[in-house]
Amino acid sequence: MPIQYYIFLCLTLFSIGIIGVLTRRNAIIVFMCVELMLNAVNLLLVAFSKMHHGAAATVDAATTAGIDGQLFVFFIMVVAAAEVSVGLAIIVMMFRNIHSVDINFLNRLKN
Amino acid sequence: MQDMSKLVYLVPLFPLLGFLINGLGRKSLSKSLISIVGSGVMLIAFFISIGVFFDVKANGATVVELFPFIHADTIQIPFAFQADQLSAVFLLIITGIGFLIHLYSAAYMHEEDTQHYGRYFAYLNLFVFSMLLLVLGSNYVIMFIGWEGVGLCSYLLIGYWFKNTQYNYAAKKAFVMNRIGDLGFLLAVFWILYKIGTVTYTDVFANVAQLSSFDITAITMLLFVGAMGKSAQIPLYTWLPDAMAGPTPVSALIHAATMVTAGIYMIARSNILYTLAPATQTVVAVVGLATAIFAATIALKQNDIKKVLAYSTVSQLGYMFLGLGVGAYTGAVFHVMTHAFFKALLFLGAGSVIHAMHHEQDIRKMGGLKKALPITHMTFLLGCLAIAGIPPFSGFFSKDEILMAAYNSNPLYYYLGLGGALMTSFYMFRLYAMTFLGSFRGTHEQQHHLHESPSAMTLPLIVLALLSVIGGFVGIPEVFASNAHSLEHFLAPVFAESAKLAHPHHLEASQEYLMMGISTALIIGIIVWAVNRFKKYTDEGQENSGLARVLENKWYIDELYDAVIVKPLHHFSAFLKNVVEKSGIDGLVNGAGKLVGYGSRQLRLLQSGQVGSYILVMVMAMVVFVLIWFNDHTIMNFLKKLF
Repeated sequence: MPIQYYIFLCLTLFSIGIIGVLTRRNAIIVFMCVELMLNAVNLLLVAFSKMHHGAAATVDAATTAGIDGQLFVFFIMVVAAAEVSVGLAIIVMMFRNIHSVDINFLNRLKN
Repeated sequence: MQDMSKLVYLVPLFPLLGFLINGLGRKSLSKSLISIVGSGVMLIAFFISIGVFFDVKANGATVVELFPFIHADTIQIPFAFQADQLSAVFLLIITGIGFLIHLYSAAYMHEEDTQHYGRYFAYLNLFVFSMLLLVLGSNYVIMFIGWEGVGLCSYLLIGYWFKNTQYNYAAKKAFVMNRIGDLGFLLAVFWILYKIGTVTYTDVFANVAQLSSFDITAITMLLFVGAMGKSAQIPLYTWLPDAMAGPTPVSALIHAATMVTAGIYMIARSNILYTLAPATQTVVAVVGLATAIFAATIALKQNDIKKVLAYSTVSQLGYMFLGLGVGAYTGAVFHVMTHAFFKALLFLGAGSVIHAMHHEQDIRKMGGLKKALPITHMTFLLGCLAIAGIPPFSGFFSKDEILMAAYNSNPLYYYLGLGGALMTSFYMFRLYAMTFLGSFRGTHEQQHHLHESPSAMTLPLIVLALLSVIGGFVGIPEVFASNAHSLEHFLAPVFAESAKLAHPHHLEASQEYLMMGISTALIIGIIVWAVNRFKKYTDEGQENSGLARVLENKWYIDELYDAVIVKPLHHFSAFLKNVVEKSGIDGLVNGAGKLVGYGSRQLRLLQSGQVGSYILVMVMAMVVFVLIWFNDHTIMNFLKKLF
């Protein structure tokens, strides 16, 4: 499959994520949109990694070029997992306190 | 008296010492001690002055350099005193008459509190000290120090009774008027320093050739502006009559021995510059003559005994400037001297009258004081005769010398000057007749308390009366006896350079006799008329009208100055305060604050608390950064690759 497909898919997913973050008020949904953006990036990294590696392998079958992109994906997943745990904890605490997960209730810091 | 001139610095030192003792100890010293210190230092200074005078007479001028005063690169201004003929004459006048005035003050001011009594004597000593500094300095800077010193002391003494607001205004007026003149003087000194590089008299006068005629004219004009302020000439004369707010001996000191003679001294000192600037000389003569006549007209209608004398001083100073303007420097100095005698006498006599009348100064409420105050009356009469110019009293010789020189320069000066002299004799004898002749017009209580002043006051009167009578004999004109003008011979070295440049043409002896005879006859006629008219004076309280009223109100000059200078200045200040200050400067400063406040309020709206909007801004910012970071070419290439 040409690389463009992956790029378009990633752009679409990332854009959906951004729009979700910007427009939705439910904290859980916002959270999911953030995950969506992260995973869009992951997908892109894997796609580019595969592309570079494939191109390099035609010259030298034993090359490791391009696989570092896949390594980054693991890091991002770890970070995302940590973030999810912290974020969900915040959301749980928020729900306990104000009985809502609407992020617009979180404007108390204003003034 | 050998080498006495080397001790000339002691002359100002003693009054300074007196100032320090009386000034610092005014709360602890007793009145008698204060007056002994105050007058004693003057007496010592007077004795030293006599020694200096004879030394100068025998051995000529000396310069005593005390210490370097200003020492900057090529500019060397030493703190040095110059004892020469001119300063020796002034020394004698200042310390001699100063001493008599101190002595007189000791009795006159006796009612004051001890503390104020001490303050008074301290100021008086400081005044004399400043004046001595002025006449002794060997360069214009030292003269300027003294010049400012007398300005300050006149302010302090005119405002001596500082609880009276009117008196404070008079003091401020004197100070401000003098300040205008001082600016001219200061500019002239800078000009001299710039062009010649030194301010020491001898060097400046030796190098006048370096100055262009424009420089000389400008310098002399600026110096004359200074003299106008200090010596009360049109247009800066209005402070002097108001200076009457001070105690009477102070008026005597200001008018006779110190302060107002400073301008004359300065021009006489710079005589060579003036001789080389004929344009300035004309201005000096015209201003002097105008002042002489103008002030005399005002004096005709004044009813305050001190005001009459004050305007008379302004008028006499005008004569001195007329003398300076026509090149009769000796005549001017001579008139300073004789004027010092009779004006001090008249002021102290007036003080004696005021003392007897319990601080009444209005001559309409006096009259017939002849019997009660015999010594004051006699001495006052002699003073009046001297100022009117009756031969052989001192005023005759000096005024005659000036008027003759004026005639040689321009006959018109002479006729106008003579007119002024006639007015002088009229107002002086009007004053005399209204005060001493006729019947008493005061209250019964005043009449009951009329008394002759104590001897500390009458003694100076007698001494001064004697001097007023015989003082003129040091300057007997050429026409009476050749080489009898001893003052002229004495002062000749000071005016030598000017004399070389002058082209005196003497009148025929017969014509000079004729002029003297006519003027004396006219003056005597005026005196007889004035005395006859005013000895029968009764206070009918009639209002003056027409010209008399204008004269009584001093030509409305104060009102004119008020309307032309003071009021517009007030309006301008109000404009600056209300418009420029409030809306301009305050507006700018407050505006800067308001702008920041307004900007902050607008920026604060960005902090909405809406997480969504924050993120939106963040995303947009990132997009913008990306667009900037990778220029459009790269992006276009990337997009082309994609599609």
